[in-house]
Amino acid sequence: MAESKPKIKKEVVPMPKQRPEVRRRNFNEVALGYTEKQAIEEANRCLQCPKPQCVQGCPVEIDIPAFIRLIKEGKFDEAVKKIKEKNSLPAICGRVCPQEGQCQKFCVLGKVGDPVSIGRLERFVADWERAKGVAIPKLAPPTGKKVAIIGAGPAGLTAAADLAKLGHKVVIFEALHSPGGVLVYGIPEFRLPKSIVQAEVDYIQKLGVELRLGYLIGRIYTIPELLKDEGFDAVFIGTGAGLPRFMGIPGENLGGIYSANEFLIRVNLMKSYAFPEYDTPIRIGRHVAVIGGGNVAMDSARSALRLGAEEVCIVYRRSREEMPARREEIENAEEEGIICKFLANPTRFIGDDKGWVKQMECICMELGPPDESGRRRPIPIKGSEFLMDVDTVIVAIGRTPNPIIQRTTEGLKVTRWGTILADEKGKTSLEGVYAGGDIVTGEATVISAMGAGKKAARAIHEYLMGKNS
Amino acid sequence: MYKIVTKKELAPKIKLFEVHAPEIAKKAKPGQFIILIVSEKGERIPLTIAGYNAEKGTITFVFNEVGKTTKQLGLLNEGDSILSITGPLGTPSEIRNFGKVLCVAGGVMIAPMLLQIKALRNAGNTIITIIGARIKELLFFEEEMRALSHNFYVATDDGSKGYKGLGFLKEVLEKEKVDRCITMGPVVMMQNVCEITKSFGIPTIVTLMPIMVDGMGMCGVCRVNVGGETKFACVDGPEFDGHKVDFDQLIKRQRLFLPEERLSSLLWEQLGGCRDGRK
Repeated sequence: MAESKPKIKKEVVPMPKQRPEVRRRNFNEVALGYTEKQAIEEANRCLQCPKPQCVQGCPVEIDIPAFIRLIKEGKFDEAVKKIKEKNSLPAICGRVCPQEGQCQKFCVLGKVGDPVSIGRLERFVADWERAKGVAIPKLAPPTGKKVAIIGAGPAGLTAAADLAKLGHKVVIFEALHSPGGVLVYGIPEFRLPKSIVQAEVDYIQKLGVELRLGYLIGRIYTIPELLKDEGFDAVFIGTGAGLPRFMGIPGENLGGIYSANEFLIRVNLMKSYAFPEYDTPIRIGRHVAVIGGGNVAMDSARSALRLGAEEVCIVYRRSREEMPARREEIENAEEEGIICKFLANPTRFIGDDKGWVKQMECICMELGPPDESGRRRPIPIKGSEFLMDVDTVIVAIGRTPNPIIQRTTEGLKVTRWGTILADEKGKTSLEGVYAGGDIVTGEATVISAMGAGKKAARAIHEYLMGKNS
Repeated sequence: MYKIVTKKELAPKIKLFEVHAPEIAKKAKPGQFIILIVSEKGERIPLTIAGYNAEKGTITFVFNEVGKTTKQLGLLNEGDSILSITGPLGTPSEIRNFGKVLCVAGGVMIAPMLLQIKALRNAGNTIITIIGARIKELLFFEEEMRALSHNFYVATDDGSKGYKGLGFLKEVLEKEKVDRCITMGPVVMMQNVCEITKSFGIPTIVTLMPIMVDGMGMCGVCRVNVGGETKFACVDGPEFDGHKVDFDQLIKRQRLFLPEERLSSLLWEQLGGCRDGRK
């Protein structure tokens, strides 16, 4: 007797969120997460394709249908184990991965309706596990090999976890006083609570990874010193994106003009939103302009709003279609009342007598033919300059690689953009030295950095075990 | 945690700490700095390294109690610990035989200048030293400096000791053929020195400590205009060609958070300003 298939629900189970009028003035997490019932309901939408397409979109190769099936069956414990076979940081990925461009892009349900919300399900099981207490997996017997990881961001933490599980002694050197890299200094609390990053770091420490904070490699130890004098058998460089880019226009060094990095480091890492209880100050004016169209611009704009700005305007030189930020984040920002001004670009800043910015001159842009990035090139329209009253400007137009390691490591090959040259597996021009994440690719995503950390861990393991024989 | 081994008051509100930090002590070089955090809710502040002893495993720095963080720091005693110290940071000074070097230091920066002078003297240079302060009571390390210098001068803003102001520098330079000048101290002082040395065509190196947050090349708040280019004091510096620095902009940028700094300091003092206030 042929069983009639139940009709597939085309709409995704919506994510419970804080209401825009409430959340725009607090730093609490915006998305609240699925309940068990909602998670099972969403998992039930998964078709369990015999040839799943979603997996090819996952940079860390999670067996997506398998973990979703376990959620369907209510086996959350096993579901999270299934994810952790490949990904040590699911609570983070479930929150900040651009799933719409990765796994969910390939979901066949996307052809008839909404794709399965893989990210929300990943987040659900990770949160479920954290609430219950995280289990530590069995580690391989000690290999006697020692690996130095430079940078406790997504690439470094992933590589550290994988190498520790394989039985290597791992030491992470983090330059800041707090681990997490961009996850703590860059991504705001309302998108990724710090307690979640801390829980993931705790997990990695429970795997036996040693964390040394306040160590700027290149200065305290160079990479050759780590290998020769400090007894490390291999090094992984995951130092991330570095110095902020500026536009090089007049008035850029006026007061009130922050790089997004400075602004976010003050707010997120140094907790300036709680000044003067915390010592690091921040000053937010009434009219804030954020320059740029990526996720960092969205994070900056939404943080500025939460710090009490009356009006926050994102100024982007192309149009909405070309914005590199996640759709979801653009929608969140607009719901909160942030204004997007498209096809405009600053040309100079005008200051008051105390050296603070008071106005920004912009020029209108139009879109020409596509450039090398595939997006249509913005072209200034002659004579279209206009003034905007602003007292705070946040420049979020990207970063260039931090130069310290490159300057202090002889023989390490670097590209003309200043990024470190590494092959697919993360191998650099120096023996035993691997690299991955933004320091290799230039600015990209958390998950691609994690993917790079994972591949490098595998390559380092092969290298170390090969060295034995 | 970094234990304070020695604490000395060099002048009113100017204190010297020698701190146990063996790994930093091994690596530090003249011209470099550290970033420290005093307490859990504290800010990150940069301080120039004034000495290091690899055998003892200690580093030395000197600070002036001007804001909340330095006042808190000043309350710590020998045996207490500092929460976090990162270093050494910044590009080390260029130390070689230049010939005759003029060293002009003011305020707390007299301390790291002593380290520079030792290194420059070891490299075979002839040293002319000028140290200065607002008033004579704020001078320190006079004897140590004098002992290492071939020529030694003192200046104060009010003339309470030595020369009044830096005007006499011109006369010194008319007498002496100087190959290089290094100057560290308040921005206005360095600016004055640069104006004078420029007219004599003497290459002049300044040490810039603008506002910093991470201090390792991330935030960009320490940006300075050097010869029309934006440079980051934390990684490109802290030393720059003084004749190319836009000092007026630097002075404005140093005052960016003055109201907040005052508020923070005032509030802390009002709330007791005591050791319990640390947390």
